[in-house]
Amino acid sequence: MSKYSVIGTRVHRVDGPEKITGSAKYTFDLTLPNMLYGKILRSPHPHAKILKIDTSKVEKLIGVKAVVTGKDTIGKKQGIWRRFPELCDEEILCRTKVRYIGDAVAAVAAIDEDTAEEALDLIDVEYELLPAVFNPLEAITEEAPQIHEGVELNININRHIEWGDVDEAFKKCDHIREDQFVCSSQAHVCMETHCALAHFDYNNKLTVWTSTQAAYYIQALLADMLGMREGDIRVINPYTGGGFGSKFELDSAQFCAALLSQKIRRPVKIVLSREEEFTATKRRTPMYYFLKLGAKKDGTMLAKEVRVITEGGAYTAMGATALYLTGFFSSFPYKYPNYRYDGYRAYTNTAPTSAMRGFGAPQSTFVGESQIDMMAEDLGIDPIEIRRKNGMTPNYEVPGQAFIQSCGLHQCLDKIEEHIKQRGKLPPNHGIGIACYGFMSGGIFNWFDTPYAFSSAIVRINIDGKVDLFTGANEIGQGSNTTLSMICAEELGVKLDDIRIHSADTGICPPDLGAWGSRETLHNGNAVKMAAADAKRQLLEFAAAKMGGLNIVHDLDIRDCRVYLADRPERGLSYYDVVKEATRGKDGEAIIGRGHYTPHRKGMISPAYSFGVQAAEVEVDPETGRYKLVNVTTAHESGTVINPVGIEGQLEGAIMMAGGYGYCEDQPMDEGKILNPSIADYKLIRSLDMPETKILEIDTYEPEGPFGAKEAGEGLTNPTAGAIANALYKAVGVRINTLPITPEKVFRALREKEAKKKKK
Amino acid sequence: MKKELKLTVNGQPYELYVKPKTLLVQVLRDHLGLTGSKRGCNDSSCGACTVVLNGMAVKSCSILALQADGAEVLTVEGLARGTELRPIQKAFLDHGAFQCGFCTSGMLMASTALLLENPKPTKEQIKEGIDGNICRCTGYNSIIRAVTAVVKGEYKEGK
Repeated sequence: MSKYSVIGTRVHRVDGPEKITGSAKYTFDLTLPNMLYGKILRSPHPHAKILKIDTSKVEKLIGVKAVVTGKDTIGKKQGIWRRFPELCDEEILCRTKVRYIGDAVAAVAAIDEDTAEEALDLIDVEYELLPAVFNPLEAITEEAPQIHEGVELNININRHIEWGDVDEAFKKCDHIREDQFVCSSQAHVCMETHCALAHFDYNNKLTVWTSTQAAYYIQALLADMLGMREGDIRVINPYTGGGFGSKFELDSAQFCAALLSQKIRRPVKIVLSREEEFTATKRRTPMYYFLKLGAKKDGTMLAKEVRVITEGGAYTAMGATALYLTGFFSSFPYKYPNYRYDGYRAYTNTAPTSAMRGFGAPQSTFVGESQIDMMAEDLGIDPIEIRRKNGMTPNYEVPGQAFIQSCGLHQCLDKIEEHIKQRGKLPPNHGIGIACYGFMSGGIFNWFDTPYAFSSAIVRINIDGKVDLFTGANEIGQGSNTTLSMICAEELGVKLDDIRIHSADTGICPPDLGAWGSRETLHNGNAVKMAAADAKRQLLEFAAAKMGGLNIVHDLDIRDCRVYLADRPERGLSYYDVVKEATRGKDGEAIIGRGHYTPHRKGMISPAYSFGVQAAEVEVDPETGRYKLVNVTTAHESGTVINPVGIEGQLEGAIMMAGGYGYCEDQPMDEGKILNPSIADYKLIRSLDMPETKILEIDTYEPEGPFGAKEAGEGLTNPTAGAIANALYKAVGVRINTLPITPEKVFRALREKEAKKKKK
Repeated sequence: MKKELKLTVNGQPYELYVKPKTLLVQVLRDHLGLTGSKRGCNDSSCGACTVVLNGMAVKSCSILALQADGAEVLTVEGLARGTELRPIQKAFLDHGAFQCGFCTSGMLMASTALLLENPKPTKEQIKEGIDGNICRCTGYNSIIRAVTAVVKGEYKEGK
């Protein structure tokens, strides 16, 4: 008999039946009686003073019910770093100045979308154009225009990480490499664009249905920006059509819908267009990387020095965390005895850059894994061997930063080595490249300085044995509602079908910081497990009393809806009978379990880390530079697997997204204007481009995780770009240091290589 | 000036008056309340609004409602027989062929049209059949596995 009844089994998603019948209602689908449609006017200029906004013509248009500009706000600037006012720099509705093409300047609410659209054309905004700067390397020079008052050289924030004695260590190295890389931007491309339906009622209470990753953050940030108390705001996250990091900050749809509704006391819905989604929401941070790596002849890496300048865009957003994490993960997943990182985030007149799946780590993994392959080649060492020599192991401390308990990196390397051997001799112009990676399993950043626990859950057992699970976790498609229901069912000893989950509704669910930093399985999973255990304990107290003379709670357990003696499983009671009796015995008070989780003394980043190794095989056409991703095989260790179907989905989806980052996704700009703001022009990996994918299972156990589990969502986005770069080098001998690695770049590099050969 | 539109959706005949510029997806979602078909773009490039129109996969944001006059339209809401799920839906459930679910209606309808046209597609033909539909979550392979399972006859109609 398996150790678990629910965990590790292949189950249908709990939201599955609703989603495959078209019944699931997203914010995008919601309407309310008397509802108005809102639209947002955005700046066409990258940098300009707002001299005047004239809305008089709009107010006369029949069907327009409300107009708001920056003057209608309380003048607060938003930011998630509430303890650092200088990092709260985004007004959302600009009052005096716009800083990128797409910055919001006004919003209207009208009886239908057409009227709202028409109204935008009638708003006259008088701008005084200012000189703008787009490239971060230029933004930090004396000549560049200042984007935010008082921010010298446009340096938004800098981060420093250091341990050991880097300069001394470089002196002891036999070989040192210095390389430069450029990591491009990437759009999240959630299928559901940002949207919100806000209803400010006559009791001065605000309810917002919105497509979000962090209902609690939206509640708190809206309170700040509207001058309200958090308790007067209820944020509900219905089904959400993807997030990938783009939906845990307050966005213009949420703020403008709420502000308009506050003004007119009618429900207002705003859905961003796909073009707005590309140009006026956040995106992945472009980074300029300068790397120095030193090693001994035998491949032991002694020192690494990393300098990064990131394109921040117009506002701080979550960029400060991306800057820190790219520095931290630049040391991953290796044991550098000496390490130094300096990162600078520059304000630019471009769309703000922020969190996106992997949060700085896809960039650091691309550059780091490219460089370690170059180092291995210089030293004449096998790429797997050099990684094995330096790779992290269990119970390793990253000095002053993190403590790693479970770590299956070496098992992953073994499995990938086996896979490559099995593949045998490759056809011509094929190459397999590998990349190692690691990621946090639940970021522990308390940007908000909230007194609440990071995650919490409530389990209520109804008298018929059915269970209501309340959690602040946000299901955005990643499967947290299924995984958390599974954890609850397992801990309580009931069937998955007995659980009804209520999530991400700040009016009824206990707070949770949201779906970011791969938090939900470990953080919220622990809270749910604790709540279920609390409820179970209450049941077992009664059962123990009933089962004759036993007074030790731990002698009883529940499994498959049966309460039994752990040592004599044949003696038992029906779970359903116990629930009824226990409830009666408590004078009718429902059995309610509570759980919460906040990591304490777990370092700077996360209570646990996942690891893996990926091998990508490419086939290159040397004539044109076109290449195909043939196969991507991944050995990922995420501790105990709670939901195997979920992991497969996360892994394959990550390959689509991370492969796209490596291969084709890009946001080229001209003077701050994004040139491809549509799905037709923004190149994604589609079904025909998708490689074969394979998962190699690795067995590990994370003591800090629920049932030994850790993350399987974001980490998987880290390796693919680096693996592709290394595979191309193996296949045709060209090394591309800038993302995305388009066929054009491969073509040019091949020509250059040929020309060099001829010269010789 | 509104015009008369007669069409059958999921077996139900409808008579409506719509503006000439109204898109089919707007009729389905806004007039008939069939919000299963989604809109992820405005230029027929994402496929979330795919429906089956007279047996063919059509992006319902790319045709005017009046062009569908007299047509038989099948949307995701009409896929199940009563409350009995169809093989393609069961296969999507078993194979985890969706995550956020926003593209799923379009994927199901594109797959349905593909199988109507060609009940035994090869893997490559399945990939082509859904190539007009963007999914940002799954990476497509689980969808391809689900359709393949239906093609192999692993799911029986009406059970």
